[in-house]
Amino acid sequence: MGLAKEHELHRRRAGRNIGVGLLLGGFVLLVFAVTVVKLVEGQDIRPHPTIPLETTPKGAGQ
Amino acid sequence: MTDTTTINANAPEARFGDYVVLLKPRVMSLVVFTAAVGMLVAPGHVHPVIAFAAVLFIAIGGGASGALNMWYDADIDRLMRRTRARPVPDGRVTPGEALALGLWLSGFSVVMLGLVTNWVAAALLAFTIFFYAVVYTMWLKRSTPQNIVIGGAAGAFPPMIGWAAATGTISVESVLMFLLIFLWTPPHFWALSLYMNDDYTRAGVPMLTVTHGRRTARRQILAYTLILAPAAIALGLTSVGGAVYLAASIVLNLAFVAGAVQIVGRTEAEAEADRYRAERRFFRLSLLYLFLHFVALMVEAGVHRLVGG
Repeated sequence: MGLAKEHELHRRRAGRNIGVGLLLGGFVLLVFAVTVVKLVEGQDIRPHPTIPLETTPKGAGQ
Repeated sequence: MTDTTTINANAPEARFGDYVVLLKPRVMSLVVFTAAVGMLVAPGHVHPVIAFAAVLFIAIGGGASGALNMWYDADIDRLMRRTRARPVPDGRVTPGEALALGLWLSGFSVVMLGLVTNWVAAALLAFTIFFYAVVYTMWLKRSTPQNIVIGGAAGAFPPMIGWAAATGTISVESVLMFLLIFLWTPPHFWALSLYMNDDYTRAGVPMLTVTHGRRTARRQILAYTLILAPAAIALGLTSVGGAVYLAASIVLNLAFVAGAVQIVGRTEAEAEADRYRAERRFFRLSLLYLFLHFVALMVEAGVHRLVGG
């Protein structure tokens, strides 16, 4: 059918789609980087609320 | 079975860049710069990745309020030479799209800043967006000649947000950084409106130059410059200041006050004769004034780090 022919409109929209795609990709990378930094710096590693601190076995996680 | 969609291929359609323009990239650059300095001069260490993310989300929040402003102001933007090519008045972006982008990015930036840094910074960002979009754009801009004075607060929050992102608090240093931009805004914009008066008159925006005349605007420029000077210099006496900042601030304030005195002394006939040369020079000086104050703060932060560690 005649749907195969590409209209100039599609080319105009391609720029927009690529832009949005790059933004989303960048956002995923940023969230990943922030997560790694927070874990490495220990900012968000808190004792589990249901496990009392003194019962945590020594050397756990090593 | 038929399933067709009719598209008018010749209708104006937004490109990616049009959505970027909605976020007011030039205002954004000021937001990025002052927020980054606010974070940099704050005590303690912020990881570069966290700092980058925080400044990015503050900038997106600022951009979101810009999109909301363009959505609401499309009717008067259409009447002003400076703004009639903006995406909404030009028809490339629909008002609904601008509103949706502004609202979504507002929520997104506030939540992300809260998650990446802390909720004090996020609350300040939320308040800034509300202040610019609702208090300034929807309420004050069209109702009072003091619009610039109170609306200037929105532009003054970024260094305070940057400071809060690093420390989780509000302190005398961050309040003085706020005051520096807040008190700088009126003389900066009124100098511009002295030679852009026609645009505001056409749009019916009650700029001080339109409602009270240029004579009053000239006097108000000097008044605000005189209040600004002690606030700017006082910042040099806090923990973020020092000899470099104080020296720079004193020189810049002397030049700024001198420029304002010259503006007050001029009549409209004199200004029109040389096409507002002194007013244009004062406007350019105001840009340099703010930029160099924040550069001096950055230099001080570097000096403090060298001496301290």
